[in-house]
Amino acid sequence: MNLTKRLFIGMAAGAAFTSLPLTAFAQDWQPKRPIDFTIMAGPGGGADQIARFVQAVVEANDLTNRPLVPTNRGGGSGAEALLHLKDTRDADHTLMVTLNSFYTTPIRQEALGVDIETFTPITMMGVDPFVLWVHKDSGITTFEEYVAKVKEMDGEFVMGGTGSGQEDSIVIAYMAGAYGLKIKYIPYDGGGAVAKDLAGKQIMATVNNPSEAKGFYEAGDFVPLLAFSDARMDAYPDVPTLKEKGHDFSYYNQRAIVGAPGMSDEAAAYYREVFGKVYDSAEWQDYLASESMSPLPMDEAQTRAYWTTQVQNHRKLLAEIGG
Amino acid sequence: MEVLSFLADGLLLSLQPLNLMLILAGVTVGLFIGAMPGLGSVNGVAILLPITFLVPPGSAIIFLAAIYYGAMYGGAISSVTLGIPGASTAVATTFDGRPMALNGKASLALVTAALASFVGGTVANVLFTLFAPLLASVALSFGPPEIFALMLLAFATFVGLGGDDIPKTIFSICFGLVLAAVGFDTISGEPRLVLFEISGFLRGIGFIVLAIGVYGIGEMLWTLEQTRGEVTTTNPKMTIKGLVSDTKEAARKGWRGTMIGSFLGFFVGVLPAAGATPGSLMSYGVAKMLSKNPKAYGTGIPDGVAAPEAANNSASTGAMLPMLTLGIPGSPTTAILLGGMVIWGLTPGPRLFANESEFVWGLIGSFYVSNVAALFINLAFIPLFVWMLRMPFTILAPLIFVLSIIGGFAAARSMHDLWMIVIFGIGAFFLRKFDYPLAPAVLAIVLGPIAESTMRQSLLLSSGDPMIFLNRPIAGPITVIAIILILLPALKLLRRKKAVATA
Repeated sequence: MNLTKRLFIGMAAGAAFTSLPLTAFAQDWQPKRPIDFTIMAGPGGGADQIARFVQAVVEANDLTNRPLVPTNRGGGSGAEALLHLKDTRDADHTLMVTLNSFYTTPIRQEALGVDIETFTPITMMGVDPFVLWVHKDSGITTFEEYVAKVKEMDGEFVMGGTGSGQEDSIVIAYMAGAYGLKIKYIPYDGGGAVAKDLAGKQIMATVNNPSEAKGFYEAGDFVPLLAFSDARMDAYPDVPTLKEKGHDFSYYNQRAIVGAPGMSDEAAAYYREVFGKVYDSAEWQDYLASESMSPLPMDEAQTRAYWTTQVQNHRKLLAEIGG
Repeated sequence: MEVLSFLADGLLLSLQPLNLMLILAGVTVGLFIGAMPGLGSVNGVAILLPITFLVPPGSAIIFLAAIYYGAMYGGAISSVTLGIPGASTAVATTFDGRPMALNGKASLALVTAALASFVGGTVANVLFTLFAPLLASVALSFGPPEIFALMLLAFATFVGLGGDDIPKTIFSICFGLVLAAVGFDTISGEPRLVLFEISGFLRGIGFIVLAIGVYGIGEMLWTLEQTRGEVTTTNPKMTIKGLVSDTKEAARKGWRGTMIGSFLGFFVGVLPAAGATPGSLMSYGVAKMLSKNPKAYGTGIPDGVAAPEAANNSASTGAMLPMLTLGIPGSPTTAILLGGMVIWGLTPGPRLFANESEFVWGLIGSFYVSNVAALFINLAFIPLFVWMLRMPFTILAPLIFVLSIIGGFAAARSMHDLWMIVIFGIGAFFLRKFDYPLAPAVLAIVLGPIAESTMRQSLLLSSGDPMIFLNRPIAGPITVIAIILILLPALKLLRRKKAVATA
């Protein structure tokens, strides 16, 4: 019954799209070749899932006349993808799905010579919040108990996260600095591996995105203690935020579509229309809700301003944590 | 026996007309994707993922799982007929599959591969059905020190792979480890060994690039030089009778390898981070080590084909287990399947079995059906693949070259990779002239990154104390066995020298 209902909704959404007047796309510019859809991370992670979801929505609703070709270029915390976009010979057919290494990698690897402010903003698909998790067997139920426990263990409290200088380590370093915590930090390849090792009690706490920890939370294994979002999250109404605790800090992973530097205005307008439709689709809105992501709609000018502040913030954060 | 009634429901579900059709289509597509060098199940599943948006989730994952299965069978085909691994999971299959083909036993090798795959898949399915929740908790108890101990064990089994020349084997392993270190350091996030500042090296050196270079180009050069183009692959006509006698022979000569591969492969597949490629390489190493006649491995024996082929199929099923029960992919392909499940609105993880039991059991049922379908479809195509071998090598060699280049490009769409394939191919040819074993280098580039990051994670956990590998209940015994295996040949060597000295 469940399957048929879902299928029906899917078909209804599909039908709604196909019945849209085709004139919406009757613009000057159309892709002439398959579109390079570079993913800034390896297969299976958050950015990869989003890229494939977006591709599926585009495909199912026939939104482009040429296919999107997703390619994982996750090497070097996204350095490979950034260089690929920077050096592309066909800017009008080159797009990228980002995460925050879009900001941090060019700062950390100045030798790459990548200036992200030359890239072309397309669509901000949403932002992914971070939450502090512990295993239920730890007996810790509040953030205050967590802080007391970390202090008591004096440097032996083990947390896992993604690589040094990446999102998880920034969040943890900020929290540790604000509360004077000594934490032993173990870097992993991806958020999935981090969640698994918390479930196996190899590590004691994580700052996974809700999408990565959701399964274990629903099974009762993980306990959320603190959210690093601006306001309390709908899915976790009882979890306080770091802002409520009096620290002006929030942190999100950016999930955006970005075009290569030098993309023509016509091409950028075309892609903004396509991904705007993806954003408005029932499929994407359901996905945002189910993964506890927040919408953050922005136009081109706002996105550029957002990038500038993000680069400044990350430069400051990385300097503070010595990353 | 609740499990059996769930399984029966699942089987019925996967035998519904739509699902059965998707299974047959998926297995056939997978077989050819797997047979195409460079393209493996990862690419097949990724390319076809959007199509699955059009059918219900239960059917969609059945289709993708069928591709995954078909590709595991298909990988053996080009490993045997052309000597190029069809997929990374089939590298170990070339070790004995290619010599068998050159000895005129291509059909026996292919039949062995198909049967071993079938047995491996079936063993894994039964283990999966009966012990899924238990195995999930075993997988969770494997932290970084345990995984490192296991990697050490894998290297230990391979020290024996290069024959008696242990220094050359160790050199080969070290060479592979250096190649594996190119790119980025995951712990510190710094680039390292980016040779000549070429940005292509930032991605590291892909395993598939090395494998296609060594086994595609390198093997082609080697064969050309050895035979001056006069390769005689005597191939009898394929008949039903021939197929029956091959089946009998495969069962007689390949059962040991099949058994080792089925169980070891499944276990390695269940552990997140490992997957089918390490599973098949380790099974080959273990089968050789436990054999009464290890020297026969590499000369073309059915056991050497059966072990990796049984292992890669059972590991692929095994890798589904952490994906479904923990939401953690056990291999790159399952990572994409996991993405698919999220797209269809399912939450993989501990609650999946309870919340979506119809979906899960339909999928498990489809494993059984896919496995049977893949066996028969594969057997049906064997005459076609064997027929390809009757082409003279003067035609086959350019074909191998073209397939290597296309396959190498398809994997990452990068020219850099193509140059690396050619360089590795030529390098492999010369290393082989000097009798350096190459399989250990291939193993090292697969396992090196896993071994490195787990070792460093473990040492961070223990604040630098290496005893962490010895004083944990699971890691300890594995480490001890690995160390003994590494020291064993050295002891033998010493004893032999002593015997010579006293004599």
